[in-house]
Amino acid sequence: MADALLKSEFLGEDDHGAAKTYVLWRPTVKTGLMSWLTTVDHKRIGFLYGISALFFFLVGGLEALFIRIQLIVPNNHFLSAQQYNEMFTMHATTMIFLSIMPLSAAFFNFIMPLQIGARDVAFPRLNAFSYWVFLAGAIILNIGWFINDGAPNGGWFGYTPLTTRLYSPNHAIDMWVMGLQLLGVASIAASLNFIVTIINLRAPGMTMMRLPVFTWMTLVTAFLLVLAFPAITIALVELMMDRLFGTNFFEVSNGGMPILWTHLFWVFGHPEVYILILPGMGVISEILPTFARKPLFGYPIVVFSGASIGFLGFGVWSHHMFTTGMGTMGTSAFALTTMVIAVPTGVKIFNWIGTLWGGHIVMRTPMLFALGFIWMFMIGGFSGVMHAAAPADAQQHNSYFVVAHFHYVLIGGSLFSLLAGIHYWFPLMFGRRVSEFWGKVSFWVVFAGFNITFFPMHFLGLDGMPRRTFTYDHNMGWDTGNMIATIGAFILGIGVGIYFTVMIYTFFKGEKVGKDPWDARTLEWSLPAPPPEYNYRVIPTVHARDNWWYEKHHRAEVAKENAEHARAEEAHGGIHMPFQSIYPFIAAVGVLIGAIGVAIVDPDPGPGLIGKKLAVSLIGFVIMFVAICLWSLEGNGGYHIHPKAESET
Amino acid sequence: MSTAAAGAIDHHHDPTTSTGIPNKKLLMWAFLASDCMFFGCLISTHLIYRLHPPPGVPAARQIFSIELTSFSTFILLMSSLMMALAVNAIQKGNLRSMRASILTTILFGSIFLGCQVYEFNNFVYEKHLTITNSILGSTFFTLTGTHGTHVAIGVLWLTLMYVRSFKPSGPEAAKGTWLLLSFVHLIVFAATLVLSMYLVLHFTRAAQASGFSGGTCLSFVGSQYPAILGAITGFLALRWFAQPRGAVDFDQHNAVDVEMMGLYWHFVDIVWIVIFTAVYLLEYIS
Repeated sequence: MADALLKSEFLGEDDHGAAKTYVLWRPTVKTGLMSWLTTVDHKRIGFLYGISALFFFLVGGLEALFIRIQLIVPNNHFLSAQQYNEMFTMHATTMIFLSIMPLSAAFFNFIMPLQIGARDVAFPRLNAFSYWVFLAGAIILNIGWFINDGAPNGGWFGYTPLTTRLYSPNHAIDMWVMGLQLLGVASIAASLNFIVTIINLRAPGMTMMRLPVFTWMTLVTAFLLVLAFPAITIALVELMMDRLFGTNFFEVSNGGMPILWTHLFWVFGHPEVYILILPGMGVISEILPTFARKPLFGYPIVVFSGASIGFLGFGVWSHHMFTTGMGTMGTSAFALTTMVIAVPTGVKIFNWIGTLWGGHIVMRTPMLFALGFIWMFMIGGFSGVMHAAAPADAQQHNSYFVVAHFHYVLIGGSLFSLLAGIHYWFPLMFGRRVSEFWGKVSFWVVFAGFNITFFPMHFLGLDGMPRRTFTYDHNMGWDTGNMIATIGAFILGIGVGIYFTVMIYTFFKGEKVGKDPWDARTLEWSLPAPPPEYNYRVIPTVHARDNWWYEKHHRAEVAKENAEHARAEEAHGGIHMPFQSIYPFIAAVGVLIGAIGVAIVDPDPGPGLIGKKLAVSLIGFVIMFVAICLWSLEGNGGYHIHPKAESET
Repeated sequence: MSTAAAGAIDHHHDPTTSTGIPNKKLLMWAFLASDCMFFGCLISTHLIYRLHPPPGVPAARQIFSIELTSFSTFILLMSSLMMALAVNAIQKGNLRSMRASILTTILFGSIFLGCQVYEFNNFVYEKHLTITNSILGSTFFTLTGTHGTHVAIGVLWLTLMYVRSFKPSGPEAAKGTWLLLSFVHLIVFAATLVLSMYLVLHFTRAAQASGFSGGTCLSFVGSQYPAILGAITGFLALRWFAQPRGAVDFDQHNAVDVEMMGLYWHFVDIVWIVIFTAVYLLEYIS
């Protein structure tokens, strides 16, 4: 246990204080723009992810509203077919990669290290780099709105040969490809960091089977990201090679097979679905016990079903491809695995119900969203199991039934849980709490709007309305359903608007609350709100699964233990803090420039040896390379701080 | 650090982490898991298209030169041995031996890369297999090229580590001349390496064209003397850079950095064994 206070021999030198002068400039500012560009604090990086995610959530929401306006009446001309394609492509890409995933990442960053009793992630500068590369990818994806080529328009699945040079000659698809590549780099780097952090930086006594479920789901999601993203990376590399260098991966006339893209994409794409939902399941597993006032029912089962969803998630991808003619054997196999994966999901739902059963349920806003999650996610799950039956799926394929299904899973599932998480952890992040009345109003409006929008789509789908068509004729019998859905979309938009207005109001003027306003169970609530930069003055010693509840009932014992550890740590020189660094940001700027070179600059062979495209790409590469060199040469030094004991509250 | 002076570092256990595994090593393991999927997808692509060849795809057996590739495979395997020796040396604090092993690893890695450059050249200009004219060319060049890129990144990383091992400790470190010196060192190293590879490749081509004789050597020296002089100057400069200049900030504490790099290097070798089997040897069965 005392080991945790030692200095690692594996960190290289450890520079005490500012006595030493540094050749490489180490920024120390704690306020202003520079402090955000150079931050390595996981909480600040969490905020950066969160703010970006919410911004892109609004962008994606706006795109959704444009889609619904176009479909409100038959033969509408609000958008052209081309604009409609850009809208649905960017709506999906934005919502998946630029809002739900980074919002999860925001929670991973902010909450996970606190939950395991760590002072930061294992590689703070790499963490900053992940965020800046994510932002670079987001910029590349959205740059198309502002240039002539237009935004990407090949669907979020980018099926070949539609996305090959022949059918999409301008740079829109190149931007999509490079944008996703950068997001992949960012996700993999961040996930490697989280994996090492969770496995290696747990506080003493925090065994794997005492980890909070949210942290467990972070770990599973990180593994999914690390193992699933390479598939789309390769698919995108092959597409990029086809587009830029004329290879034949998807060129049918030379033996290429577009079906390969479909497989590679869904080998990534289906684990991606679990990447989107597992963090949400983790959040729910934190909220329900807190507001049901009893520990999570069947903790090991919840953890293991999460892990088995992760495993099985790699074996179901072809259920997206039942209509491609895989043959009876393949189709049956994937139908079976798809039904199997419903089992651990169902187990989780029963455990959540078991948690509620016999509890003293406190109906606060986060709890409302959490209960909404269970119900809505179940509806999405049920229609998912319907798709597992291949013959039925052949009928539902590419219809609005599928649209209804995955919006129930993504909004009713992922989004509801993340909105619940924002409400739940808001007091910890900002020391203020949302008013119950307005919180509940936002929930009910979102809930109503969501169901009015997407429930009719089940019927539209079964009536044969296909996805991704920009308009329809009025004799198809789809008029009423579409009208209702569009009205619902506006109600949903108003609900989201109320939600965020309330959040912004609360941030400035909300009710101030002290530490631990929900009387919660996990370690992060033992911190003052907002948590100090070093998180824990004394690294906690973990005695139980719901350790903060344990500490609240063993105050004297815990205080004694902490005082001892505080003395030991002071004897070792105080709390070690990593230096800030500008190089992750500069390296990401290099990545952005390089990606612009690859994706957007026209290949015009100039008079010299190097064309403009290659030149821009190389400049980006050199900036990145030099930044990485300086990054490694500056080393991971740090300084020590000696905080006074916080007043007991 | 006082423990460093005692030299008692357990290189396999870090008491400050929950599992005892150093963070950097764990990071590399997780990354390699990711890279497995990466190469898995590329190799699968190659094998799938091999199973479904379109009419008129050239026969790989007529294109490959298995002797050359076997040779470069052997060299790459030996480079792994040198990498392991480098890790071992620095764990014992033997800096000189580590540098020698790293340089040998770089040399072997460069020979492998040189063979690949030669092979690509040969395939494109003499066997007429290009990245665009057949599906075999597309998958072959993309797959082996991606692997070659991994080896090149490995060589670059080794070079950086080699240069890094000259960073001074003590008052010198605060002055900043070493930073400039390091960059010059790196650039000279890279330039010398590229120049040498260029010369060897051109000499091979000249010897192939007109036989290996004194005349060929002389005319080669005659036509390439600027490059030869450049390479010699480069080597002399590198010799100068490698002179001992007092205490350096690189010792057993950096063993985990070298080991992490070693894990990457070994992994890239293992991937090559799979590629060599799946892409090359497979064509010679039957």
